[in-house]
Amino acid sequence: MDELLREFLIETNESLETVDMQLVKFEREPGNQDILRAIFRLVHTIKGTCGFLGLGRLEAVAHAAETVMGRLRDGKPVTRDAVSLILKSIDRIKHILAEIDRTASEPQGSDGELIDALNRAADDDLAPAPKAAAASTVAIDEFDALVLEPDEAVTVPAVASQAVAPEASAEEPAELVSIPGAEPGAATVSAAASTLRVSVDTLERLLTMVSELVLTRNQLMEIARQKEGHGFAVPLQRLSHVTAELQDCVMKTRMQPIGNAWHKLPRLMRDLQSELDKEIALVLQGADTELDRQVLDVIKDPLTHMVRNAADHGIESREARLKAGKPARATITLSAFHAGGTITIEVTDDGRGLDYQKIRAKALQKGLATEAEMERMSEAQILKFIFLAGFSTAEAITAISGRGVGLDVVHSNIETIGGTVDIRSKPGVGTTFSISLPLTLAIVPALLVGVGAHKFALPQTAVVELVRTSASSETRIERLDGGTVLALRGQLLPLMSLAGLLGLDAGGPEAAPDAEQANFVVVLSVASRRFAVLVESVFHTEEIVVKPLSSKLRHLPYYSGTTILGDGSVVLIVEPNGLARMLGTGSDLNGPSQHAGDAAAGTAAGQEHKTALLVFGAGERGPFAVPLSSVTRLEEVDSTRIEWSGDRTIIQYRGKLMPLVTIDGMPAHPDGRERRPCLVLAYGERSLGLVVDEIVDVVEERLDLDLDGARAGFIGSAVVRGKTTGVLDSCYILQQVFPDVGEPGPEKAKQLPWVLLADDSAFFRDMLVPVLRAAGYGVTTVGSGKAAIAALSEGRPFAAAILDRALPDMDGLDGLDAMRRERRGGEAMPVLVLSSRLGAKERASAMARGAQGVFSKFDRQGIVAGLEAAMGRTQEAA
Amino acid sequence: MSMNAQGSQSHDKPVDDLSAGLGSNPCITVTVGGHRFGIPIARVEDVFVATAVTPVPKASAEIVGLLNLRGKVVTAISLAVRLGLKAEPASEGGSMTAIGVGHAGETFGLVVSAVGEVIELPVTRREPVPPHFDPRWATLATGVHQREDGLLVELDVDALLEIAPRAEAA
Repeated sequence: MDELLREFLIETNESLETVDMQLVKFEREPGNQDILRAIFRLVHTIKGTCGFLGLGRLEAVAHAAETVMGRLRDGKPVTRDAVSLILKSIDRIKHILAEIDRTASEPQGSDGELIDALNRAADDDLAPAPKAAAASTVAIDEFDALVLEPDEAVTVPAVASQAVAPEASAEEPAELVSIPGAEPGAATVSAAASTLRVSVDTLERLLTMVSELVLTRNQLMEIARQKEGHGFAVPLQRLSHVTAELQDCVMKTRMQPIGNAWHKLPRLMRDLQSELDKEIALVLQGADTELDRQVLDVIKDPLTHMVRNAADHGIESREARLKAGKPARATITLSAFHAGGTITIEVTDDGRGLDYQKIRAKALQKGLATEAEMERMSEAQILKFIFLAGFSTAEAITAISGRGVGLDVVHSNIETIGGTVDIRSKPGVGTTFSISLPLTLAIVPALLVGVGAHKFALPQTAVVELVRTSASSETRIERLDGGTVLALRGQLLPLMSLAGLLGLDAGGPEAAPDAEQANFVVVLSVASRRFAVLVESVFHTEEIVVKPLSSKLRHLPYYSGTTILGDGSVVLIVEPNGLARMLGTGSDLNGPSQHAGDAAAGTAAGQEHKTALLVFGAGERGPFAVPLSSVTRLEEVDSTRIEWSGDRTIIQYRGKLMPLVTIDGMPAHPDGRERRPCLVLAYGERSLGLVVDEIVDVVEERLDLDLDGARAGFIGSAVVRGKTTGVLDSCYILQQVFPDVGEPGPEKAKQLPWVLLADDSAFFRDMLVPVLRAAGYGVTTVGSGKAAIAALSEGRPFAAAILDRALPDMDGLDGLDAMRRERRGGEAMPVLVLSSRLGAKERASAMARGAQGVFSKFDRQGIVAGLEAAMGRTQEAA
Repeated sequence: MSMNAQGSQSHDKPVDDLSAGLGSNPCITVTVGGHRFGIPIARVEDVFVATAVTPVPKASAEIVGLLNLRGKVVTAISLAVRLGLKAEPASEGGSMTAIGVGHAGETFGLVVSAVGEVIELPVTRREPVPPHFDPRWATLATGVHQREDGLLVELDVDALLEIAPRAEAA
């Protein structure tokens, strides 16, 4: 068989696979223009190519079908008949192709009937008669069609197609890349030239060579930097540019839309539906999100597995769904999007959700964690047990809805390439697996840091900022029982020393750095968890070529790879996920609890919003907790220095008098002990010392507040590390001492910037109002989106608005748009959005619609800071 | 800038055993901790002198570090530590001689004290490792050879590179 013909058959069959997938969708949503366009393009490509090859019969059918689709695309109502006709023509095309494949020539036969039907459908009810066009005009028209302009060319196919063919192939690169199993490397030489298939091996070699070239370039640059006055500067710069461009190009050949990993899913779902006797709709979002081929390869199978798993175990039977008041038709959604240098893929089902209690019991029974450890784990952490190998046994299939079959493989595949998986699940509502992956594995920007004589590379994607600390500056290293923290702009972040972590100094990871000294601290953020790492020196950032870690080192959680620097030295790439894993879990790294740490580190992109809580003991009723964000500093007070002033106890602190209270807001009497821990709470200029008995820990937990038990002075109670813990309302305590906190004077009120707060929960309104007032804002609260818009239309000059994302009567984002509209003439009013879910997607969508910031409802300081930033006020030092 | 690793030395020394040919196994002799060992030449990709080795904190004791061998990252493994011998101090300037061997698609550098010559070790004359030797040698060696100049232990490269991850110091 002719080489060209074979190539055509391979390509067309691949295209048809895609068409198959599209058709499944088209059947359901005949009105969807996107699907129609996609099918149109495919048929168009087939037509163009087969005209070129002289396959007249095939071409005639494709052309007639294309014409009908062109009409539909231009707005002709989509009828059932039209859809059936298109399906019929695709079937015919398949049939002819199969024959060509068998006999290397077109089969005999006539398609006149089908073509007539298609032509009738095309001409039917058409207002402007299609203009007949000569071959040359057709070519132009066809070219227009490529940019999705109305295609008006209806003419004798045989004549038109010859001219059409070259243009049609301009379309091909795009198609080729999205063909399942097609290798990248489709490069457009010119509009007329065809694409070229290049083997993956060649591309891989190309990348290796480019990596080497980049290294050599770096080495040359290094030499050039050291020696002055040579003539290399200009050619070297040119070389540098060319290398960078080449690197870019090669990287691009490796990028593929994630949709390539999804092609088989609609078909799989179709089969699964009948197999399982369930009705499931598969929704694919963001299929054109591009990522590295290497990454794509790793996740292809895990994704298929997860979808199968969701359909099989996540979705209930039809009867169960109806019984639960859900629609019989279930939905599984796959979505992909870019967020901050990573790609997030979510697999969501609206099924029964994971049975948290059963997973917990199962994990206990299997001895994966002790009861005590369990109590310290958040729900999300416990759900992650399903990723453990062998967690789901035959028995478990009934016990925990069967999830976990092979999920360990899914998890480890994703972890190998530096990704994280997170689970969100709500009983009866559904489950979401959220996978966060790096875009590419080959070349990453990295920050080079030093510890002693060692040099390490930290992936820039995880680095938030670089700070220098000293005892005198606002950014300090402070010691807390059992650990060190970094005080950064009023926030406390867990701090580890890289030297300690890697065993490069005498102490352990908690070895306290010398707070008096100037230190370099790198603030890292891994999956919404922030922490600080102390290093000795900081060099520069560099694009490094990631080389895989030696198999002998892969078990070490600290490193993700190696690289060769410009000077030829080998440097280890530190794995921020691995460092995060060391946090909180302390020394129990072995055995099952490693997974607990793992889970703690794995909260991808903040699906599970956690609140850092400072847990402390005070009196008999403890333990208590306050959100860490409301604590400015931790101090120890010397009992002998506590003085009485009227009915208050005070202490001289940083040249000022600071009142001291206990958790009841009562004066803190000096007691027998010499030194007592004290939390410094501050609002504006004023600070208050809250004297406690002992500081227990800083934990990051998902705060499930139980409001029933709320008393004055408490936000509520929550289970923290297995114990019921009272969560203090720091604002209430402040009010006990400074009664004016949250109560602006009447004359001041007039000049205050006024803020509109819309939240349906009275609890959150009550929690936020004092904070906002204390920060110097007037507040009007409303409980619904309608009320918010009404308040705005009354004409009160609000300086800003704070909106709950999920208002009962409208989505916060819709509210945002509505508020914008309502505010005629006025300049743009900053709007902050509150959300209990702080996903990257959530944030991005809110920001895209004009929100000035997205905050957790508990992040009171963050809200105030965001408000101030949004209103252009300089942030007062807390 | 200097090369971190120098090129291969030639190992075309004359074969010194009469029974060269069928059933013989050419090996390169190395000295580690005063003992002589043979490494099958078929596995040797390179003999090089490494100057800049990047140590890997928290890695197993055998792992000396990582080095750059012509753009390839090579894991250097101390043969002395692997064999339970006393590690010799690195020579002046911290350079070390290493035998580059391939294993499962990766290159490893076996750090030795000195490299000797290439000899033929006839398979027929291979004897099992005597029981009074360090028990771990039994798993790391294919056998021993009685030679005029003394006993030579023939090493099993794959066994040498089966390094169990060190239990994380908790």
